[in-house]
Amino acid sequence: MSEKKTFTLDGDDVAFEPGQTIIQAALAAGKYIPHLCYHPEFKPHGSCKLCTVKINGRPAASCTTAAQPGLSVESEIPEIQDQRRTMVQMLLVEGNHFCPSCEKSGNCMLQGLAYDLGIMSPHFPQIFPTRPLDASHADVFLDFDRCILCELCVRASTEVDHKGVFALSGRGINKHLIVNAESGKLADTDFALTDKAAQVCPVGVILKKRVGFAVPIGKRRFDATPMSVVIAEESKTKETV
Amino acid sequence: MAAKLKVATTSLAGCFGCHMSILDIDERILQLVEIIEFDRSPLTDIKHCGPCDIGIIEGGVCNAENVHVLREFRANCKILIALGACAVNGGLPAQRNHLDLRDILEEVYHTSPGLALGSQIPNDPELPLPLNKVHPIHEVVKVDYFLPGCPPSGDAIWKFLTDLIAGRTPHLAHEMMHYD
Ligand code: SF4
Ligand code: SF4
Ligand code: FES
Repeated sequence: MSEKKTFTLDGDDVAFEPGQTIIQAALAAGKYIPHLCYHPEFKPHGSCKLCTVKINGRPAASCTTAAQPGLSVESEIPEIQDQRRTMVQMLLVEGNHFCPSCEKSGNCMLQGLAYDLGIMSPHFPQIFPTRPLDASHADVFLDFDRCILCELCVRASTEVDHKGVFALSGRGINKHLIVNAESGKLADTDFALTDKAAQVCPVGVILKKRVGFAVPIGKRRFDATPMSVVIAEESKTKETV
Repeated sequence: MAAKLKVATTSLAGCFGCHMSILDIDERILQLVEIIEFDRSPLTDIKHCGPCDIGIIEGGVCNAENVHVLREFRANCKILIALGACAVNGGLPAQRNHLDLRDILEEVYHTSPGLALGSQIPNDPELPLPLNKVHPIHEVVKVDYFLPGCPPSGDAIWKFLTDLIAGRTPHLAHEMMHYD
């Protein structure tokens, strides 16, 4: 009968509080599990599947699965890492990800994950979709080319800002982000730079105007240190402060 | 001494930035030419690729000539490397892919302001025909290795090539791994 309840992640003991999901407990313990649609301030979404781990031998999303005592969780094993590589490559060819011209480069979670996974090529044929930019708003522009449909902006705008500016529309490969205005333009909504939704996009879609490339290469968030390490360190500190 | 490895390089729909980056290995190129010999390459001006150990391709495929050159490389090189963003995923030239090719040519050569009177879309039979879309090279031939970056740094190229030549799987540390 141990004091704290624990499960194992790749062989290491991870303690958890009742009610925590596997990814929450892991991050609190400073252990990184890849993720894109998970955000500590929002309810789990369970859609990107990058956080999939093997729990007692069965694959499951670690952001939607509650931690239980005695579980054996495997994350950085070849089978799971291969699947993550494939998923990231599919995300890369589904949009238009031209990192050299992207203001999010160096701070981007999709790119950071691709680096961590050692992805040297997109592997699949590029889809090259046509997704026109929305530069109508005075302070923010939307580059839909890079949307990975994580719905973080949708959740932030609905749950925190109470504005419902964003939504997803369509099905399958035609699914896309829309702006809730008759014109479909951001300028015709009450979206503001101070909105939570302006801060949560993990990739380079929702971007502040007139500040692009302000931080030089070498000084950006994931330039010197791999994203997995940066995020693990940050979430650990958050928990213990 | 063992025979030198033959290496061919070319720039398709690229900007020659990746070739400049090859030169950024600086004086290490002297070490390199101890063990390799350049075949077709902008550095030698040899026009056609003979049998080679390694082929290095900068740039994606944007016209019919690119396709022929790429196939010549694939047919002659034991190992083919996609060097840089454009070869890997189409890069900057592929940013035209959401536009209609005819519209682009019309605007650039015919309707945009400031052109000489009577300007027309060039149609000299010597000119290679542009493709409707720009493609990464792995969509046309089998590619053995990819080295992303716009351009990859001289250090990344050096690490990649020395790993490969030594028979190791090329591996880049975090600092050398970048898509921009
Ligand atoms: S969103 Fe990320 S992966 Fe996509 S182009 Fe920008 S930096 Fe690259
Ligand atoms: S715009 Fe950004 S936050 Fe919103 S769904 Fe797309 S990737 Fe996610
Ligand atoms: S982070 Fe769990 S499914 Fe996206």
